[in-house]
Amino acid sequence: MLRITAIASGLLLSLLATPAFAAKTLVYCSEGSPEGFNPMFYTTGTTHDASSAQLFNRLVEFEVGTTNIVPGLATAWEISPDGLSYTFKLRKGVKFHTTDKFTPTRDFNADDVLFTWNRMADANHPFHKNSPGTNYAYFQDMGMAKIVDKVEKTDDYTVVFKLKAPVAPFLANMAMDFMSIQSAEFASKMKAAGTPEVVDREPVGTGPFRLQSYQKDAVIRYKAHDKYYEGRPKLDNVIFAITPDASVRLAKVKAGECQLMAYPKPADLPAIKADTSINLLTKEGLNIGYIALNVEKKPFDNKLVRQAVNMAIDKKGILDTIYQGAGQVAKNPIPPIMWSYNDKIKDYPYNVIKAKELLAKAGLKDGFEMELWYLPVQRPYNPDGKRMAELVQADLAKIGVTAKLVTYEWGEYRKRAKNGEHQAVMFGWSGDNGDPDNFFANLLSCDAVAGGGNFARWCNQEYDGIIKKAASTAQKAERSKLYEKAQEIVKEEAVWVPIAHSVRFEPVRKSVVGYKTAAVPTNHYFSKVDVTGK
Amino acid sequence: MISFILRRLGVLIPTFLGITVLVFALIHLIPGDPVEAMSGERGMEPARYAALMTEFGLDRPLPVQYIDYVFKAAKGDLGNSIVTQEPVLREFLDRFPATFELSLCAMLFAVCLGIPAGVIAALKRNTPIDYGVMGVSLTGYSMPIFWWALLLILFFSVHLGWTPVSGRLAIEFDPARVTGLMLIDSILSGEEGAFLSAVSHLILPTIALGTIPLATLARMTRSAMLEVLGEDYVRAARARGLSPLRVVVRHALRNALIPVITVIGLQVGTLLAGAILTETIFSWPGIGKWMVEAIHRRDYPVVQGGILLSATLVIVVNLLVDVLYGVINPRIRHAR
Repeated sequence: MLRITAIASGLLLSLLATPAFAAKTLVYCSEGSPEGFNPMFYTTGTTHDASSAQLFNRLVEFEVGTTNIVPGLATAWEISPDGLSYTFKLRKGVKFHTTDKFTPTRDFNADDVLFTWNRMADANHPFHKNSPGTNYAYFQDMGMAKIVDKVEKTDDYTVVFKLKAPVAPFLANMAMDFMSIQSAEFASKMKAAGTPEVVDREPVGTGPFRLQSYQKDAVIRYKAHDKYYEGRPKLDNVIFAITPDASVRLAKVKAGECQLMAYPKPADLPAIKADTSINLLTKEGLNIGYIALNVEKKPFDNKLVRQAVNMAIDKKGILDTIYQGAGQVAKNPIPPIMWSYNDKIKDYPYNVIKAKELLAKAGLKDGFEMELWYLPVQRPYNPDGKRMAELVQADLAKIGVTAKLVTYEWGEYRKRAKNGEHQAVMFGWSGDNGDPDNFFANLLSCDAVAGGGNFARWCNQEYDGIIKKAASTAQKAERSKLYEKAQEIVKEEAVWVPIAHSVRFEPVRKSVVGYKTAAVPTNHYFSKVDVTGK
Repeated sequence: MISFILRRLGVLIPTFLGITVLVFALIHLIPGDPVEAMSGERGMEPARYAALMTEFGLDRPLPVQYIDYVFKAAKGDLGNSIVTQEPVLREFLDRFPATFELSLCAMLFAVCLGIPAGVIAALKRNTPIDYGVMGVSLTGYSMPIFWWALLLILFFSVHLGWTPVSGRLAIEFDPARVTGLMLIDSILSGEEGAFLSAVSHLILPTIALGTIPLATLARMTRSAMLEVLGEDYVRAARARGLSPLRVVVRHALRNALIPVITVIGLQVGTLLAGAILTETIFSWPGIGKWMVEAIHRRDYPVVQGGILLSATLVIVVNLLVDVLYGVINPRIRHAR
């Protein structure tokens, strides 16, 4: 008896002696509140980061850190030779999250893919209008309904997407946040319980973390998904501490209240680099900041004038002053990290004399007056539109061009620019699916003149033919060649002054192990991340 | 007394109507709209834009929208947020306790330091102490809140490490929401250290938000005290040989406090305005931060409802102060 007591007390002592189970927690200082947790409805990065990146998976995924497409909930896919049919083989044994309201009784299968797709595509689907006022913005913007004819389930683990025409970027679209796969079983259970709105409020996905709680505007808490298909994440908890002010976010990282922060201020970068407890990760941005010259307005209908303006602007000076090292000079519409980037292209040199000669040749020896619209807000591809405009104004003055600086409130700015009211406008683009078509078609095609995304309002049949052909070709090498040719045309026509590709910075405390900055989309992925002691 | 209150209430209706007109007009004067704000660089197809405008009722003529809004608001329906689709009133009530807790602490901070500082400055009139107190209070009054708040964070949180940088509670605590007031919820949760964490998170925002009211109260108290100290009854009290402390506290301060109470009431508006900046800096999930986000997203119902509710609060507090004042001072009550 005594021995048993002794053993028992010994056990008890050893239990007490081992430190209490220390949960591994990573705190990320995010910049804003998510609009909701259903990634189908929203287009902002803040919302996708808090929903699809943590809670959901797609059939195919972007490899973290690159624009490559890798298996996700589909283990393999096959494209028919005519490029019209995509057959996805689905992963077996994938579990959805268990929550207070829902315990899944089956694994992920083809029904979930159909549910996710039909909910967005079919206006008569019982869940299409499940939440009032919401819309499937990205699904529509990417033209998914126009691309896909129908989706069929061959068996529980095979789904076939039949396309109306061969569209090569389709696969990249499937990896985007809005294509996050939702649970059909959860939806039908909630509907049966008379609470279908829960589906959009209390998300159930297959992702590495499940939503534990959201304290509005303050804290989002996630718990590890024990049965995650790639294995349970090393972190037990991921916490988003919503901190709108960039200086305060940095203060929190320095004080160790956060391990990771969103969007540092360019001015703070030197101090962050000097801090020994913080790693400053960098990633070339999948973006472009540019000035579009409206070819429908004089004198930019003349190619010589456009080329002259290209030669008059000192991009290097702009990079040094405004980006403070956080950018690369741009010469093409797509960034160098994107496949098909044509590095053989020679940029127009910064040459005031040559620019003046071109102007004289165009019959504008004495220069001209123009309006330059500058960005009223800070954007990822342009930290300071006004300052940039002032530099450009000074550069143009050197060739006799008087630029009047104009701007509007951001919404108004976009609206007017889409209508083509500008002469020259500062704009930019951040790629959302890593496919070159996402830049070439959205920003410079003839369709985009009507759609409003082509701010140069330039419609060139040769260019348009090339990018259309590239979009309908399945082979990447062949597509790449076509896009390289397209870049030559754009350079020759000089409808843009491409300025810069910005670089993204992420301050991460050294206690964080295995974190990689994502290339596309700009989400934060923590499934393989770990934290060590302080 | 009752007619006094009724008279005061009668003024409320036009005040509210005025506020709704003003807010409605201002928010629609800002360029852009909620649907435009939803689309980024990519933009939105005109057809879908039009469909969404119709769905939110934003394609109707403005007077129609306004009248619809006022009638619904009169029935207590402030509409739903365009972004979250949740009722504005619920969104407000979810966040109000955080603002209330912070404002109350800031007010206590201002009153507990401001009134004594004003009294001391008045008693030591034209001495270095007086100049010091008034100089500091003028500085405090002129300090931009966001800058002052950042300075406090950099010094006390980052440099010294004494206080947390931002938020309401350390992340290891997750108490259930009972009252919405973190000081109370953290005690109710029974988690060890939660209450202290809540207190430590309150210190810097309280100072940042309380500084302007503190400065105002100190200056107000000083001038009211100086006026009262020159009165005959104070001299009479002194002549009767009462202790200086008794003269100051019982005879001078009590009378000096009457205008000070009015100022405290008026400070509620200042606090709510200051909360917008303070909450944004300290990541404090109250109504200030909520409204800032709503303005960015052109979430009309939230901006309108939020301002209307905040205005109601200011009006109600000022009404209470007026009534209190009437109770204290009969001359006010009988004034026409």
